[in-house]
Amino acid sequence: MAAKVGVYICHCGINIAHTVDVEAVAQAAQDLANVTVSRDYIYMCSDPGQQLIQDDIRELGLNRVVVASCSPRMHELTFRRAVQEAGLNPYFLQIANIREQCSWVHGDRESATEKAQGIVSSAVARACLLQPLEERDVEITPAALVIGGGIAGLQAALDIADAGFKAYVVEKQATVGGHVAQLARTFPTLDNVQTLLAELVERAQAHPNIDVLTNSRVLEVDGFIGSFRVQVGSQPADSLPETTAELAVGAIIVATGFDVFDASLKPEFGYGAYENVITGLELEKRLMESEASNGASPLGDGAVKDVVFIQCVGSRDRTLGNAYCSRVCCMSTAKQAHLVRQELPDARITVFYMDVRAFGKGFEQFYDRVREERVLYRRGNPSEIYKRGDRLVARAEDTLLGKPVEVEADLVVLATGLVPRSDADEIGSLLKLSRSEDGFLMELHPKLGPVDTTTDGVFLAGCCQGPKDITDTIAQAKAAASSALIPLSVGKVRVESITCALDPLLCSGCGLCAEACIYSALALDERRNVMVANQVLCKGCGACSTACPSGAIVLNHFTPDQILAEVESVV
Amino acid sequence: MGATLVIGAGIAGMQAALDIADAGFKVYLVERDPSIGGRMAQLDETFPTLDCSSCILTPKMVSVGGHPNIELLTYSEVVQLEGDVGDFRVKVRRRPRYIDADKCTACGICAENCRLKGRIDSEFNVGMGKRSAAYVPFPQAVPLKYTIDSERCLMVQRGKCGESPPCRNACPAGAVDFDQQEEIVDLQVDSVIVATGFDPFDPHLKPEYGYGLYDNVITGLQFERLSSASGPTYGEIKLNDREINDVVFIQCVGSRDRNLGNVYCSRVCCMYTAKQAHLVREKLPDARVTVFYMDIRAFGKGFEEFYDRVREERVQYRRGNPAEIHRRGDRLVVRAEDTLLGQPVEVEADLVVLAIGLVPRADTQALAELLGLSSCEDGFFQEAHPKFRPTETDVSGVFLAGCCQGPKDIPDAVAQGKAAAASAIVIMSRSGSALTPGEE
Amino acid sequence: MEAEQSLLERCDLWACIQCGKCTGGCPMSFKTELNIRRLIYQALLDGGVNADGMDELWDCTACGTCVLRCPKEVGPSDLIVALRTTLVDGGVIPPTIRDALTSVFRHGNPSLMPPDERADWAEALGVKDISEGADVLYFVGCIPSYDDRAQKVAKSLVKVLQKADVDFGILGVEEKCCCNEVRLVGEEGLFGYMVEEQRELFESKGVQHIITTSPHCFNTFKNEYEGLNLKVQHYTEFVAELIEQGKLTFTGELNQVITYHDPCFLGKQNGVFDEPRDIIKSIPGVEFREMDRIRDRSLCCEGGGGRMWWEGTNPEEQLATARFEEVLSVGADVMAVACPFCLLTFELAAKAGGYDEKVQVLDIMELVARAI
Ligand SMILES: Cc1cc2nc3c(=O)[nH]c(=O)nc-3n(C[C@H](O)[C@H](O)[C@H](O)COP(=O)(O)OP(=O)(O)OC[C@H]3O[C@@H](n4cnc5c(N)ncnc54)[C@H](O)[C@@H]3O)c2cc1C
Ligand SMILES: Cc1cc2nc3c(=O)[nH]c(=O)nc-3n(C[C@H](O)[C@H](O)[C@H](O)COP(=O)(O)OP(=O)(O)OC[C@H]3O[C@@H](n4cnc5c(N)ncnc54)[C@H](O)[C@@H]3O)c2cc1C
Ligand code: SF4
Ligand code: SF4
Ligand code: SF4
Repeated sequence: MAAKVGVYICHCGINIAHTVDVEAVAQAAQDLANVTVSRDYIYMCSDPGQQLIQDDIRELGLNRVVVASCSPRMHELTFRRAVQEAGLNPYFLQIANIREQCSWVHGDRESATEKAQGIVSSAVARACLLQPLEERDVEITPAALVIGGGIAGLQAALDIADAGFKAYVVEKQATVGGHVAQLARTFPTLDNVQTLLAELVERAQAHPNIDVLTNSRVLEVDGFIGSFRVQVGSQPADSLPETTAELAVGAIIVATGFDVFDASLKPEFGYGAYENVITGLELEKRLMESEASNGASPLGDGAVKDVVFIQCVGSRDRTLGNAYCSRVCCMSTAKQAHLVRQELPDARITVFYMDVRAFGKGFEQFYDRVREERVLYRRGNPSEIYKRGDRLVARAEDTLLGKPVEVEADLVVLATGLVPRSDADEIGSLLKLSRSEDGFLMELHPKLGPVDTTTDGVFLAGCCQGPKDITDTIAQAKAAASSALIPLSVGKVRVESITCALDPLLCSGCGLCAEACIYSALALDERRNVMVANQVLCKGCGACSTACPSGAIVLNHFTPDQILAEVESVV
Repeated sequence: MGATLVIGAGIAGMQAALDIADAGFKVYLVERDPSIGGRMAQLDETFPTLDCSSCILTPKMVSVGGHPNIELLTYSEVVQLEGDVGDFRVKVRRRPRYIDADKCTACGICAENCRLKGRIDSEFNVGMGKRSAAYVPFPQAVPLKYTIDSERCLMVQRGKCGESPPCRNACPAGAVDFDQQEEIVDLQVDSVIVATGFDPFDPHLKPEYGYGLYDNVITGLQFERLSSASGPTYGEIKLNDREINDVVFIQCVGSRDRNLGNVYCSRVCCMYTAKQAHLVREKLPDARVTVFYMDIRAFGKGFEEFYDRVREERVQYRRGNPAEIHRRGDRLVVRAEDTLLGQPVEVEADLVVLAIGLVPRADTQALAELLGLSSCEDGFFQEAHPKFRPTETDVSGVFLAGCCQGPKDIPDAVAQGKAAAASAIVIMSRSGSALTPGEE
Repeated sequence: MEAEQSLLERCDLWACIQCGKCTGGCPMSFKTELNIRRLIYQALLDGGVNADGMDELWDCTACGTCVLRCPKEVGPSDLIVALRTTLVDGGVIPPTIRDALTSVFRHGNPSLMPPDERADWAEALGVKDISEGADVLYFVGCIPSYDDRAQKVAKSLVKVLQKADVDFGILGVEEKCCCNEVRLVGEEGLFGYMVEEQRELFESKGVQHIITTSPHCFNTFKNEYEGLNLKVQHYTEFVAELIEQGKLTFTGELNQVITYHDPCFLGKQNGVFDEPRDIIKSIPGVEFREMDRIRDRSLCCEGGGGRMWWEGTNPEEQLATARFEEVLSVGADVMAVACPFCLLTFELAAKAGGYDEKVQVLDIMELVARAI
């Protein structure tokens, strides 16, 4: 069947038309081989613009469409949908990017127009060789796996379960709750966190749709969105052997949380050397235990007269490779300063800070309140702690005085930061997740995809993606649940159509392609000694086709002849 | 099939709508403006990744516009809500666009011919550009349909515009229709998501900075338009052809301020200032760029790293909250104490950018009453519990997303949008089943 | 320690976030050691301040800019007043200020003038004593009562009030200092005593409505006299009303270019910005021009907070210089003021700086009186 191409040049308001003579481009396209019709329009993506294309397909019998407009990332889907509605295979559409790659980056109208013509002609050449591709759906197992039983994991599991799907929570510790189980009260509301946590835990444990597997870990993950097979190992007690079970789930939520920064990595603060240099988490625990037992003061018998808090320990620190801010320690310090003030009404309480990051709802007000409770905030990042007699001395510059100072203390609390889990790599490789520069798990898009990942069907919740407080953790956990609920509710999911195509006659089974594939979509069929491609796992990245020495594997929609045609038309 | 009403189509509302629709439920998305998109559409690049805002937003808007499960009601407002979770009955008022959306091809000929062309401040460009009474807010608008601004249009206001309205005469599609009437649409939904966003702080309330008096004192939102390739200067940092050598940014304008009753921190302005300082550096490599701050709140993923980067691009951060701006010759003088020097300083500037905070929408109270919600001390909508139930409200089945609950950046607004969607999906999944509502 | 802790709390210094907006706004900060932000910090660090020998504490003009600017509602100048109080109590204060305070106590005015000459300026003007009963009490104030230059303002105002048929009276020799500056230099005891006395005086005369020449008197009566339930107005508010209501009409013209300097105690501290301008603009023939630093951003004349009685640690640099340059830059012949302190400080500075030939400093009432 001969190609009958329709070419549509978009003005994009003035975005393109400002620098490119769109009418001239349309005119020139008219003369290209196989072009049946060529038009320009102010906004091709608008409803009337799409209508124009659909009418031409029906009336002129077009079988290929080229839209010269913005980046395909913008509107490829829009136009695929449009041509499909008019009865064409959606992969018979070709976008020619004359905005980002032309009008936006050039100033001279004449040469920009010429370049746009080139882009259009190569798109037409390619379009003629496009092959139809099939759209495929896969079924979804109506269950989700949640790795980690902190508040993030619990909240995500609850939303999924409430929506009527099974949720398995795999927690490696003997109890759920994560770090929140070690906190006394929460900023800025000063709620007793344990009560709130208990509600969450009880609801999860009682939920008919939730299975909580404590003392458990994920050993292996197989499969893909919709049908993951997960091996879980459980060891209820040290004396017992680990048992394994297989779970079938359609989606996975990672909620493995964080580790607390190891303060001994900052030897200048004498953590470990001086017993009255403690971390914020240690203070929280003491406060919590004393509150729970209604018992003795967590800070001893009144010998504590001077308390110094040091913020940003292990955060905002390039020397450690922790360049990031830990987001919660400013506020947890303020909270702890408040709790200490309640215990010790007459103590001198000093907080050394660089910036006070009281950014959330009610935070600034809480910071105001704590200062007004006579907590002295001094700007400066202490350099070291040493001993003088039986007292500690924190040495710093007070940058508001512009002077070095020494502050004596009976107790120093280090606001240690939040760092990635030590086993983040393991989880990462189990699920093929990458890590951002700061070492936390990487989201799909830092702005618009905060809980999605590059692996379909795998989502992030809570501090495993980066430090955050309870509020933001809960919101994110619910967000991850929402992402997981989409395939679960629909019951099936559409998978990528542009995948690799392997020619078994050319394949020698060398396996180079499998090494190149980060999605593990390729495996050796040992019987036939050729590779086979899993079309659901394949994401169409094309890495395999460049690796294959025999040219046995190509990427559909980007076949060598299509690409050559594109290139040839411009050289 | 269950249905959810989403009020407000900024990034939070759009994300909520998409998740719900993708999960197979019906969404009615009500937006007051002629187009969806919200504030994010006005931004240039976004911190800390410097993604072009409209480039990442437009595809979302297009998906929303074309989603088979989403029914868009733009230029509309909710006027009544009755009933309970699982069975809310809603009345939505659709304002007349005076342009038949089915006929309009968005050719813009009406706007070209409008007698008020170039005479009305463009809200989208925050007063730095002009539009006609017939307009689309911005070129990527969804739906891409023209609207006649009834508050300005001579025909609507006075019943007469010349001999006969030139827009109507000119429209080749015959889409202009001054007989259109307001319409009330009745909806029935299981749950409601409120995502009405924020208003920018009005810096006239801080007279010491001379906003409105000096044309080269602008707000952060205006800077976004100035810096945007689609803005009034096509992305050039210039004002009235004045040469710009010194740019001063002032943070916390209208935030952390008990005087104004805005005691809270606006959460995004530290970072958008850092971003804007970077953009100035990029566009004016030799300018002196100074940022006055009290605390730098670079708390999110990649934020501190971005702040590091911006300082290393020779942006001078000075700790101090400027006290006032006045004029010396044809330059501005920013007066502050540099608290790290412990000395008062005067910094001359050709352009001052005020990092205005985020305040509750002016109609928050009215909407709260309509929906039975409460607002918290800082004026934003009150969530059910600030720690453990950040997107729920005291009204079962009504959820919050985005900045209407408190200032937040795009990723946090998106996360909250999705979180609210999860709650809505839970309700819709259960409607019709044995579980009683209110249990979630 | 106990008492000093309460100083921190009384002034709410703990609310301070060290943003420096106070010092940045302080009109004096460039010419004095006084750095209020740092002072607050020191107070927080040390649990108090030892003010001995801190001469710069007397530099503060109490203009209120720091209070207006502070985002945390600290009220930085309260600290200064409190510290001055400790100095006053300890007796370590500049001698000229001490003399002024003694004089207020003894003579009811800060300038050692005989109380029985207080009403001499009004002789032959036909002004009645408030004891005879009147709608409005005109509270003249110390400077307009005794100072030759400032008396012209009082006389002008009388002329205006009479022209408008206002039923008013004065306290005559019974009038005493309002003590605004007494409070601000930290003499709490004297202030309290005088408040008591004046309040009784007002009551005994059946006063319901006060207008003042000076924004300083206006400010104390309005904001600092506890339990004074009277209507208090600055004369600009009152006269603006007369004009607005058509009770005062102009017969003459002033063909001059006039600009206006906002007095701190009228503008920044009490938000009276428009009335003075309305009055000037209503005078026929006047071309009114605004300077740049006006209203909330107005410059201080350096006359307040006790500075009338002490020249400060750095008398060479004067804010008035910047002010006159600004007046010249807008091409005005007259800088109108609405405060006797501003009038005197600017006139003095004009002579010293050679501006008196180019710019006239006149009170708004003098301008109005010339056009009726
Ligand atoms: C000192 C301190 C004080 C704080 N104070 C407050 C406060 O007052 N208010 C507030 O809002 N926030 C506070 N926070 C932050 C709060 O702790 C976090 O927001 C919260 O813990 C995040 O929850 P999460 O579920 O993401 O992570 P986590 O609490 O870390 O939970 C993760 C869970 O996953 C489990 N897990 C990890 N890896 C695996 C694996 N491979 N397999 C199975 N299970 C795994 C862990 O055992 C753990 O149970 C504070 C943090 C610190 C350090
Ligand atoms: C100057 C500036 C720069 C910024 N830069 C960045 C940045 O670089 N990166 C970043 O992450 N964030 C940035 N932000 C923050 C970002 O703008 C917000 O996070 C985001 O816009 C929040 O989206 P939203 O949907 O909550 O609210 P909005 O964007 O305010 O959307 C709300 C929508 O609801 C509609 N609406 C309101 N009331 C009603 C009603 N009653 N009925 C119907 N509809 C209604 C509105 O018309 C609007 O469309 C910036 C903010 C400002 C001010
Ligand atoms: S939250 Fe505060 S203490 Fe923690 S790393 Fe960030 S700036 Fe430092
Ligand atoms: S985010 Fe930064 S600039 Fe904005 S209010 Fe908070 S501290 Fe101020
Ligand atoms: S303006 Fe207020 S908060 Fe800022 S330094 Fe001064 S007193 Fe402190």
